[in-house]
Amino acid sequence: MEKEMKTEEPRLMKGNEALAEAAIRANIDAYFGYPITPQSEIIEYLMREVPNRKDKKTIVLQAESEVASINMVYGAAGAGARVMTSSSSPGISLMQEGISYIASAQLPCLIVNVVRGGPGLGTIQPSQGDYFQATKGGGHGDYHLIVLAPSSVQEMADFVFDAFRLAEKYRNPAMILADGALGQMMEKVILPPDGGLPKTPKPWATTGKTKDRGHNIITSLFIQPEEMEKVNLQLQKKYEEMQSEVRWEEFQTDDAEILLVAFGLSARICQKVVDLGREKGIKIGLLRPITLYPFPYKRIAELSEKVEFILDVEMNAGQMVEDVRLAVEGKVPVYFKGRMGGMISTPEEILQEVEAIHEKQNVLHD
Amino acid sequence: MIKEQEIIIAGFGGQGVLSMGRLIAYAGMIEGKEVSWMPSYGPEMRGGTANCIVIVSDSRISSPIITKFDTAILLNQPSVDKFEKAVKPGGLLIYEQSTVIHPPTRTDIEIIPIPAIEEADKLNAKQVANMIMAGAFLEKKPILKIDTLIEALKKALPSRRHNLIPLNELALNRGRELVKQAELA
Repeated sequence: MEKEMKTEEPRLMKGNEALAEAAIRANIDAYFGYPITPQSEIIEYLMREVPNRKDKKTIVLQAESEVASINMVYGAAGAGARVMTSSSSPGISLMQEGISYIASAQLPCLIVNVVRGGPGLGTIQPSQGDYFQATKGGGHGDYHLIVLAPSSVQEMADFVFDAFRLAEKYRNPAMILADGALGQMMEKVILPPDGGLPKTPKPWATTGKTKDRGHNIITSLFIQPEEMEKVNLQLQKKYEEMQSEVRWEEFQTDDAEILLVAFGLSARICQKVVDLGREKGIKIGLLRPITLYPFPYKRIAELSEKVEFILDVEMNAGQMVEDVRLAVEGKVPVYFKGRMGGMISTPEEILQEVEAIHEKQNVLHD
Repeated sequence: MIKEQEIIIAGFGGQGVLSMGRLIAYAGMIEGKEVSWMPSYGPEMRGGTANCIVIVSDSRISSPIITKFDTAILLNQPSVDKFEKAVKPGGLLIYEQSTVIHPPTRTDIEIIPIPAIEEADKLNAKQVANMIMAGAFLEKKPILKIDTLIEALKKALPSRRHNLIPLNELALNRGRELVKQAELA
């Protein structure tokens, strides 16, 4: 880390800008997108910066819609390009058909969702209401995205590299699931090295037939059910292999009697809850899933063995909590605290909830 | 030594509250501190008021979104109405005197009125009222050196605007003097 700091000066950037700069440094071949708050800075930054980078051949294109954007991503990914798009919740909903096609055709790409409050056109304020959509498919058919959930501006940048690395390793679309606050806020960031993500060979890409091989065909249409099942089995095998990529982070879980589980911005707020609770002598710890798919079921199950209860905190009506409950299998009570529609629980509110549950639990035990 | 300052800066759009916050965050970064800057970007901003939360800390910043503040720097009446109660007991509230008809009334915090707009007018530069407020803040809470703020300004402004730096420096120092005068009075 210290060595990196010497080579790269820290910069103060918005999450959206840091992500866009990381994309340039990842040498993306193309970005296709359509502006929507709270993530328009991504396309704005790329439009402004790419022409100044004479060494870059990146295409940045504002499409006529999100539907067009995702289908451009599909086409470019099929041709072997390192390609991405970004949008916010309603725009990501529009893309779901294309994402399902890309997953079926097994193409690597990056989709960034800077989530805003919904449902519907909703609000432009930060939310985590798209957890189900991101982790359980979103479009039709049996598929999964690789889903990374940053919780700082630094990770908004770093996860661009991680997402492409994983997407290309597994030939699978990857998603960065952020939220409006992470996109809009500024923090210190040390950007990943320019050109630091080597291109991977893509022998399957439709780059024109050569004499030494047959036709490369990219499709998501497998009209024979036997063929379609084969593709599905292959996908399922791949998802199984992806489980090894699971990542999470823990804060003060060693002696924790109460465990918070939260991702993204909620995990930052819960770090404050841990600090405030510890000041009062309450032994709180926090587990933050970094990958939402694959999900750290096993680690949550392990930790559930040694805590009194779990409180899952999200900026939605309770989505990841279902995965936490799956992990815990009823061994300890799993409670939920969340606000919706662009509202965010304050650290004080969450701590109050922890204390209230703690009291209730003690009454039950007495 | 102040280890951490959690600050809310609020006012009308166009008063430079977001840029003041960004400058403080930038200067904090130059001094090797941890910083975060969280702007309002939602419907309230579109209604003409703007605010940002700035945290400058010697250690890791947990939540960039908080509801209790060590310091509030408030440039209009709606901001005072909204954020007076959000200052931690023992905290600091600096407000722009001429725009606030109903001044804050709490007795468990330190309250300093600064006639920033009037003073900026005297400098023939309405737009530096925010820097007068920033100077006043740094006089009370010297978490950063004024020189670092100027350095941050040099980096934040394009070189064609560097002619404005002496004026900003003047405004920062004016803010500091106003606090000193207020404390003597």
